[in-house]
Amino acid sequence: MIGYSGAGKSTLVRLINALERPTSGTVLVGDDELTALPERRVRAVRREIGMIFQQFNLFSSRTVAGNVAYPLKLAGVGQPERDRKVAQLLDFVGLLEKAHAHPEQLSGGQKQRVGIARALATDPKLLLADEATSALDPETTADVLALLKRVNRELGVTIVVITHEMEAIRSIADRVAVMDAGRIVELGDVYDVFAHPSTPTVARFVATVLHDRPSPETVQRLRAAHPGRLVTIAVLDQKGFTGLLSRVFAEHGVENQIVFGGISELQERTIGALTYELTGEPARIDAALAALAAQGIAHDEEAAA
Amino acid sequence: MNDFLNDLPLFVQSIGETLLTVLISLVVSGALGLVLGVVLYVTRRDGLLQNRAVNIIVNVLVNIVRPIPFVIFVIAIFPLTVAVLGTYIGVPGAIFAISLSAAFAVARIVEQNLVAVDPGVIEAARAMGASPLRIIVTVLIPEGLGPLILGFTFVYVGLIDMSAQAGVIGGGGLGSFALSYGLQRYNYTIIYITVAVIIVIVQLGQFFGNWLARKALRR
Ligand SMILES: Nc1ncnc2c1ncn2[C@@H]1O[C@H](COP(=O)(O)OP(=O)(O)O)[C@@H](O)[C@H]1O
Ligand SMILES: [Mg+2]
Repeated sequence: MIGYSGAGKSTLVRLINALERPTSGTVLVGDDELTALPERRVRAVRREIGMIFQQFNLFSSRTVAGNVAYPLKLAGVGQPERDRKVAQLLDFVGLLEKAHAHPEQLSGGQKQRVGIARALATDPKLLLADEATSALDPETTADVLALLKRVNRELGVTIVVITHEMEAIRSIADRVAVMDAGRIVELGDVYDVFAHPSTPTVARFVATVLHDRPSPETVQRLRAAHPGRLVTIAVLDQKGFTGLLSRVFAEHGVENQIVFGGISELQERTIGALTYELTGEPARIDAALAALAAQGIAHDEEAAA
Repeated sequence: MNDFLNDLPLFVQSIGETLLTVLISLVVSGALGLVLGVVLYVTRRDGLLQNRAVNIIVNVLVNIVRPIPFVIFVIAIFPLTVAVLGTYIGVPGAIFAISLSAAFAVARIVEQNLVAVDPGVIEAARAMGASPLRIIVTVLIPEGLGPLILGFTFVYVGLIDMSAQAGVIGGGGLGSFALSYGLQRYNYTIIYITVAVIIVIVQLGQFFGNWLARKALRR
């Protein structure tokens, strides 16, 4: 789940475990209609939904093992079974040797691992992660994302991830929802949404995540140094794409230079955009762009200054 | 000094009375204040058991009782003390008045310390399906324990002060002793010795409280 700050991502996620109640509408989780259940029954449903947080929210008054055991105690699991389960979970997240440590003795990445172990204690089918890696450095983020991916693949847990990091989307997301002003404005397969955003809002947000298209401010700065026409072309997932572009420009006698761009990989496919400065006769440039369009390669011309 | 040696058995008894008064008052006002403080905290806006009416009532009650000087408070509740205990004199009367008065101070201290508990951990417990009462007992209070212990230590020192004041109006203990055997006989040695003993009682309590809080905070 992605979207600008204040778009309503946290609110939507908190509706899923009824930490927040909607003023209208219904919330369905599996077969449970949360909005129709009284608070007592909702608590039982919450035990089936794990949640991890940006600030980890570990109990500082309990040890690592005590944190993981807490949801099991709530579920009425007896001591021997609890101990077995806690050991198994800590082993899964690679922190068995830290069982008796207190949270303040752990690094950020380790804290989030404990958070994940705690969230998985009651074998939930669903895990909610609200910016779970936003407080971590890039390397630790990659570790935690790899762990989440294992949770998804090995344990079959569906994970709802709120993030603004391309790294998180790239490494674990299958489907993505884009939120804006309290609504989901786009929902679909990650590659489709990123490669073919349906509305300008989505396109703008996707660009902020991919860092592949110049912002209006960047365009202004580019203009100062580059007098030619600035054209941004979405990179298609095909072999020799940039070579093809160079060839078409050359055939039409158009000088070209890449002045901005970003290419990343998403679901093993290439995605991104390149901004070219094109110089030459306007008619030739138009002809070159028309030739590209004929091959299904679209472009956006950055508005003139 | 001779006088003092004669009065020694009574002096020792007074120390015992003061300690008894302070410790029982600490337990009673601590328990009562803890409950009131938790009520103040959980009934706040966006609290675990948000309840405007209860919050306002308890707040007003605390605000009325707290500013009353203790000497006046003791006298003001004589009728209540008599109704409950049958007498207002002596150690039981002092314990009753002190516990009641201190409970309201404890309530505020507890509330303040609970507000400082990270709301994130409460949110986490809620997300795990814990009931409000369960969260209060197993998350809220343990998470705020270190500062709470320091708060109770602060109250303990105040209780010694109150117990001495209660002594002035017949509550027994070191306050009564200093008054009857020191002040009224112009025996300053007795007053100074009493003060010294009170300082020792305060210090011991403060050290113990600090030690407990450090253990709770693990630092
Ligand atoms: N659908 C909605 N209707 C009304 N208010 C909303 C809605 N979604 C979010 N809000 C409000 O918008 C604010 C920001 O929402 P939040 O979920 O914290 O955003 P984000 O997590 O995307 O930064 C909150 O005050 C929330 O109550
Ligand atoms: Mg948020």
